[in-house]
Amino acid sequence: MPKPAQWDSTLASAIIAAHSSLDGAALPILHALQDEFGHIHEDAVPLVAQALNLSRAEVHGIVTFYHDFRRDPAGHHVLKLCRAEACQSMNGARIASDLLATLGISWGETTPDGHLTVEGVYCLGLCACAPSALFDGEPIGRISSETLADVVQQARAQ
Amino acid sequence: MKVFVSSDTASLALGSRRIAALLAEEASRRGLALDIVSTGSRGLFWLEPLVEVETGEGRVAYGPLEPDDVAGLFEAGFQEGKEHPLRLGQLEDQPYLARQTRRTFARCGIVDPLSLADYQAHGGYSGLERALLLEPLAIVDEVKLSGMRGRGGAGFPTGIKWNTVLHAEADQKYIVCNADEGDSGTFADRMLMEGDPFALIEGMTIAGLAVGATKGFIYIRSEYPHAYRTMTEAIRVATEAGCLGSSVLGSGRAFTLEARLGAGAYICGEETSLLESLEGKRGMVRAKPPLPAVHGLFGRPTVVNNVLSLATVPWILTHGGQAYADFGMGRSRGTLPVQLAGNVKRGGLIELAFGTTLREVIEDFGGGTATGRPIKAVQVGGPLGAYFPASMLDLPLDYEALAAEKGLLGHGGIVVFDDSVDLSRQARFAFEFCAAESCGKCTPCRVGAVRGVEVMDRIIAGIEPEKNFTVLEDLCTLMTDASLCAMGGLTPVPVMSALTHFPEDFDTVPRTPAAAE
Ligand SMILES: Cc1cc2nc3c(=O)[nH]c(=O)nc-3n(C[C@H](O)[C@H](O)[C@H](O)COP(=O)(O)O)c2cc1C
Ligand code: SF4
Ligand code: FES
Repeated sequence: MPKPAQWDSTLASAIIAAHSSLDGAALPILHALQDEFGHIHEDAVPLVAQALNLSRAEVHGIVTFYHDFRRDPAGHHVLKLCRAEACQSMNGARIASDLLATLGISWGETTPDGHLTVEGVYCLGLCACAPSALFDGEPIGRISSETLADVVQQARAQ
Repeated sequence: MKVFVSSDTASLALGSRRIAALLAEEASRRGLALDIVSTGSRGLFWLEPLVEVETGEGRVAYGPLEPDDVAGLFEAGFQEGKEHPLRLGQLEDQPYLARQTRRTFARCGIVDPLSLADYQAHGGYSGLERALLLEPLAIVDEVKLSGMRGRGGAGFPTGIKWNTVLHAEADQKYIVCNADEGDSGTFADRMLMEGDPFALIEGMTIAGLAVGATKGFIYIRSEYPHAYRTMTEAIRVATEAGCLGSSVLGSGRAFTLEARLGAGAYICGEETSLLESLEGKRGMVRAKPPLPAVHGLFGRPTVVNNVLSLATVPWILTHGGQAYADFGMGRSRGTLPVQLAGNVKRGGLIELAFGTTLREVIEDFGGGTATGRPIKAVQVGGPLGAYFPASMLDLPLDYEALAAEKGLLGHGGIVVFDDSVDLSRQARFAFEFCAAESCGKCTPCRVGAVRGVEVMDRIIAGIEPEKNFTVLEDLCTLMTDASLCAMGGLTPVPVMSALTHFPEDFDTVPRTPAAAE
């Protein structure tokens, strides 16, 4: 995964300006900011508010409503594990809780070495090859504790 | 030689990219010219990753492949479709495909998703060409005649919705495609967008002509990054070719499209929440009325339809509404792309005329559970759908038949569970999910879901069972009757179905001493 850029308000303003003429620009802007900086930096909020003619509170409300938007940086790698029913039916919950126990973290947390963030999601549309996951955006089907051990190793190696 | 490998996300999840790379490597090592066409998936996921090779007698498939199998394929002469232990023959001859009625998914997995020429060679754009010769009302009437009901879950007749938007007066109208596909156990929208994106573009263009809308949005959940990329690229290709833009196919009629990403909120699949989100706000559900058809995106009349509803429209226009209506049962007309998932041997996409039974789908197509254990429960219609026991598998796939059993068909997802499932846990999960994904606008849902988790925890722990069952039932009644939208309103469906059909799992005797503390 490319390393997110350091916060830079000039760059942020340029990103905001590039999207602000869209109808309903808030989500495209927030996605673009998060793609660049890895999270929604708190200094981004007033910039977005100004560009869209909203209050800071309104922008804050948007950022917090959606599960995708992070307010803090994630680890170097992100593993999203499906927690929904089809994956439950294939022992997904057990595999997930074993992994979290091994890593010593809870849902949404990052390993102390900063290498891996593990997040829960509800369905990845990979329900016919459950249980499933996304590792840095790449899909993995029929996961097992062994597959996840490989993923963790990969995450730690880079 | 020409081979076809799927780059559908599920195929990628099973390793198709690596297989494609190894095929290319092996071919070049042998000095063979290899043309790899990247397609969507046919939806036979238990056979994936697979490769199809073009031969004199059609495409011959080999699968499921492991990386180690690739060299052997060349040795065996798969280039000419020769024998190999993993040779499947033509996929069309697999009973799983041969027994389907593919309408919406006729092209998916066959064509190159980003080739307009391929799309047109397989019948693409004939629906729009016909629509361009018709008056708007005649297009709407054709869709009405098809009897098609929206595939997003609510099952509202598409033609009637279009008629309302057609007759609304406004300076601007919109077509919004709901590609939020949040229901667990469903993936048909994703497959279609990745495998046949022009079908959706054509369907939305026809919708635009029918109701007088010149602008459309496709709202795609962010969990589907590949679908978003394919759709965005297909829109670019269609625009460059003049299939979208200020003069669609040179007709002088305008229609433009934009794909937008959601941001991880199940509730944004609810149409009014989706519209709020598209407008750049929090996805808070709006009270209805007014309906989106009258007061939708940016306050303008808006058609909101599911991916499958819109992608089926070209078929209806090409073949006529009556031809579509000839399939199905009762008031459920046409075909339903069933998504078979979970603990099942042969999961995949199964497009069938309505009226097929759950048993035919799960046993004949699915081959029973993946674990080989007995089926205990199936959840039909996503996280807000009912859990049915194995004894009820003779229920037909039909909106009314499932409603009569206090369930729903939803977006057509079926999730199979073996006998290791504990339905009291599933009931608890239904509340947990609702608590996590509620928009928070109304109290019965926002507070009720949290209360539901607590009550289920007590029931599971065996604490004051009599009292807590009463609380549970009252809570379900309240959520059903007083929630603003179906998120809170239908959460009791999985809960009550679990309780009704699997009372033994709600055994009030504490299971472990620790749980009774
Ligand atoms: C909580 C909730 C989630 C929904 N999620 C979706 C969804 O992901 N996709 C979808 O097409 N419809 C979804 N719907 C249904 C939509 O509100 C709406 O009925 C549908 O998009 C209309 O299109 P159709 O008539 O073509 O089905 C959802 C409804 C609710 C209440
Ligand atoms: S039922 Fe739930 S999701 Fe629907 S409006 Fe009320 S709080 Fe929002
Ligand atoms: S339920 Fe896990 S991918 Fe759909």
